[in-house]
Amino acid sequence: MTSAVGHHHGPATGITRWLFTTNHKDIGSMYLIFSLLMFFIGGSMALVIRMELVEPGLQVVQPEFFNQMTTMHGLIMVFGAVMPAFVGLANWMVPLMIGAPDMALPRLNNFSFWLLPFAFFMLLSTLVMDGGAPDFGWTFYAPLSTTYAPPSVTFFIFAIHLAGVSSILGAINVIVTIMNMRAPTMSYMKMPLFVWTWLITAFLLVAVMPVLAGTVTMMLTDIHFGTSFFDAGGGGDPVLFQHLFWFFGHPEVYIMILPAFGIISQIVPTFSRKPLFGYASMVYATSSIALLSFTVWAHHMFTVGIPLVGELFFMYATMLISVPTGVKVFNWVATMFRGSMTFETPMLFAIAFIVLFTIGGFSGLMLAISPADFQYHDTYFVVAHFHYVLVPGAVFSIMAAAYYWMPKWTGNMYDEYLGKCHFWCSFVGLNLTFFPMHFVGLAGMPRRIPDYSIQFADFNLVSSLGGFLFGFSQLIFVLVVVKCVKGGKKAEAVVWEGAEGLEWQVPSPAPYHTFETPPEVK
Amino acid sequence: MKERSCSSAALIILAALWSVSAQADWALNMTEGVTEVSRSIYSLHMQIFWICVVIAIAVFSVMFWSIIHHRKSAGAKAEQFHENTTVELIWTIVPVLILVAMAVPATTTLIEMYDTSDSDVDIQVTGYQWKWQYQYLGEDLSFFSNLSTNPDEIYNKVEKNENYLLEVDEPLVVPIGKKIRFLVTSNDVIHSWWVPAFAVKRDAIPGFINESWTRIDEVGIYRGQCAELCGKDHGFMPIVVQAVTDEDYALWLADKKASIAAEVAAAARIWSLEELMERGEKVYQTNCAACHQVGGQGISPMFPALKASAIATKPEQIDEHIKIVLEGRAGTAMQAYAAQLSAVELAAVITYERNAWGNDTGDIITPQSIQSMLKSK
Ligand code: HEM
Ligand SMILES: [Cu+2]
Repeated sequence: MTSAVGHHHGPATGITRWLFTTNHKDIGSMYLIFSLLMFFIGGSMALVIRMELVEPGLQVVQPEFFNQMTTMHGLIMVFGAVMPAFVGLANWMVPLMIGAPDMALPRLNNFSFWLLPFAFFMLLSTLVMDGGAPDFGWTFYAPLSTTYAPPSVTFFIFAIHLAGVSSILGAINVIVTIMNMRAPTMSYMKMPLFVWTWLITAFLLVAVMPVLAGTVTMMLTDIHFGTSFFDAGGGGDPVLFQHLFWFFGHPEVYIMILPAFGIISQIVPTFSRKPLFGYASMVYATSSIALLSFTVWAHHMFTVGIPLVGELFFMYATMLISVPTGVKVFNWVATMFRGSMTFETPMLFAIAFIVLFTIGGFSGLMLAISPADFQYHDTYFVVAHFHYVLVPGAVFSIMAAAYYWMPKWTGNMYDEYLGKCHFWCSFVGLNLTFFPMHFVGLAGMPRRIPDYSIQFADFNLVSSLGGFLFGFSQLIFVLVVVKCVKGGKKAEAVVWEGAEGLEWQVPSPAPYHTFETPPEVK
Repeated sequence: MKERSCSSAALIILAALWSVSAQADWALNMTEGVTEVSRSIYSLHMQIFWICVVIAIAVFSVMFWSIIHHRKSAGAKAEQFHENTTVELIWTIVPVLILVAMAVPATTTLIEMYDTSDSDVDIQVTGYQWKWQYQYLGEDLSFFSNLSTNPDEIYNKVEKNENYLLEVDEPLVVPIGKKIRFLVTSNDVIHSWWVPAFAVKRDAIPGFINESWTRIDEVGIYRGQCAELCGKDHGFMPIVVQAVTDEDYALWLADKKASIAAEVAAAARIWSLEELMERGEKVYQTNCAACHQVGGQGISPMFPALKASAIATKPEQIDEHIKIVLEGRAGTAMQAYAAQLSAVELAAVITYERNAWGNDTGDIITPQSIQSMLKSK
């Protein structure tokens, strides 16, 4: 293809570059910027929550608004921040890592991104509607989210539909790209782990997002068209809602962590200057986690009154899923063992990931013990658990990835000092925020309450101060990104001494078009 | 060097925090509770906790040992090994064995928790937005239990008492040493009835009845809270259980029944506007103010205003007003209070709504008129 035929080789200019682009790098950047924006919006809601919980009593907000904050915070962080960030990373890196010129379905790629701003504009607009935003928790259990919901619930349903379509299309694109566009000599068992984990994640997405879509559609017909899927008064069952939601929801939590496993499996070998230990077992562990993730959903429902046999089955299955999860941690540690390590910012985030995610895994294992879950369920102990797997888990892996590949994206090195400052402030902030939640949870503080009895006051104050530290530290990250985009020390093609993989064969910054002829894979 | 300054700043904050609240009670762990089941759960919790601690120490010490000794700056040369089937098998099989060992006591405890047969006392627990109803099956006794914390404490106008948000007007009273079966259900959304000291947590699901049981060892007052998000006042529907000896329980039953009978008798006498207003205000605060607000202004559009509203002021809408209070409005948070309040309470609260906040209609709704309306159904 020559320019004589009228093809562009560089990006278009102005706003049309972003509106109409089919370039995986542009779309990847847009996903990442969008998710960062959502991270700050969702984060400010978390700070409203922490502000109200500084001390007992109602000070800052009323209970109805508090519930809107917890709900919107959860929805935005899950669907607006973490998931789009991973899709952005996939867009940028999967083609570069498998030696493909672009994603397989570039127009679809553009469409799936541009659905998101509309979805979240609609979701956020509920905040100013009569009756307020959704206030029934990110898990939106019926009938609180149907019969008893504020009128804005219809907009919420439509927003979920849009975000869901976006995810499904994005996932299809990843699957088609990985299956068809790999450099000819790259067999499946030579693929980098980030590509592997994303392939598996994409299958999970295609499998469960339609279930979520079905569930919200059933809500819609219950609310507007007189059906009673979730209304016992009409022959329905509120617990059916929970089965459907968690059949989506448990794989969903793995959707938010498998790509993170991939990222850590790229970064740890690089900075240990040593190949990943147990590549094959990592692939098998990821696949078995994905398969098992379809069989554990009712561990979120131990107290709804499922029969004893069901309770036992879901307890055993959940305990089992921690085995492959453990294998991954052991493999990372074995990779570091006898390596030659350095500790640049991506590695710091990766090490913190391994330690703190493992703590989240431990509390997961405790929650799996069904009888004990009767005491843990719906307390702050659960809040501590899932924030440990999601914040130093998913979010830290995204941060690690951003630092790791930013020089490849921008052509400039980021500011290492600021990066480390960002890391340490985040690290201290998040542990101050979430570790005390284990204690208040065990001592009996229910989750999702705007006010609490006085025995929980001290730890909540610590959590709130930690929350503010963590929240404001993220501004350092914005500073790092802005500085890095603007300039800085020029990055080489191989940014990190120990880095291996096709993405390091292209210059930094990666040109607008890469791998127009497929590379050789050793 | 410079990175150090970030972390030392953090340390200073930590130290400051520590001194600020050094005087406080930092409860760390799950309660052992006062039942056999709660104690088995506590020991399961501690077992799995220590298993996690041991694994954590093993894994993290290898990791930190590597971080310290195998760093490039310490001159470490990277080895290139990347596979070892034996090791991989070991760290797959050993965790499985540990988990099997853990699954055995967990299964035993779970089976025990599910055995609701042969109970001595049966109590139906019904969740409402935002209170609990207790019905003693076979005793013809039923009452509601509401949060009794003074709103001024919630809004920081007066000092909070030690049972802040964990106190109710009518606690559930049960005998010790007896097997008590709870039949848990709900009238509206899903709630969850949880008393940590008994390790009883059961979701209250509208249209379905869940079973659970306990046998309490010690006399005492045990407090819990609703555990499932159930709307606006989810944080304000506590549970208080008073466990008493058999004799005290019998006395309490008799007493409670007598006071209910007195309430029924009171419906027959003539009530003045002042009396009704005084009683009505109390009933309104506990049952209606959560939604319609203390000043009657409601929260648009979910909870309509009563102040200056047509229904609470127009003479031709009196019957409609009474009907809504008695029967509720399907598909909304407005409940059917005929089943929850006595005739006197209903008359009082409707009278109150028609005369408070400048509604000043002068209407008096008598307990007798409520009774006849209920009979005509
Ligand atoms: C070792 C692996 C894990 C186990 C055994 C495990 C187990 C559990 C259990 C039993 C619960 C239900 C607790 C309750 O509600 O009472 C739970 C909640 C949760 N877990 Fe995990 N978990 C694991 C890993 C993860 C990971 C990797 C993530 C996400 C990245 C995650 C995210 C969540 C979330 C979001 C919830 C709470 C959802 C809610 O109720 O809002 N978990 N986990
Ligand atoms: Cu789960």
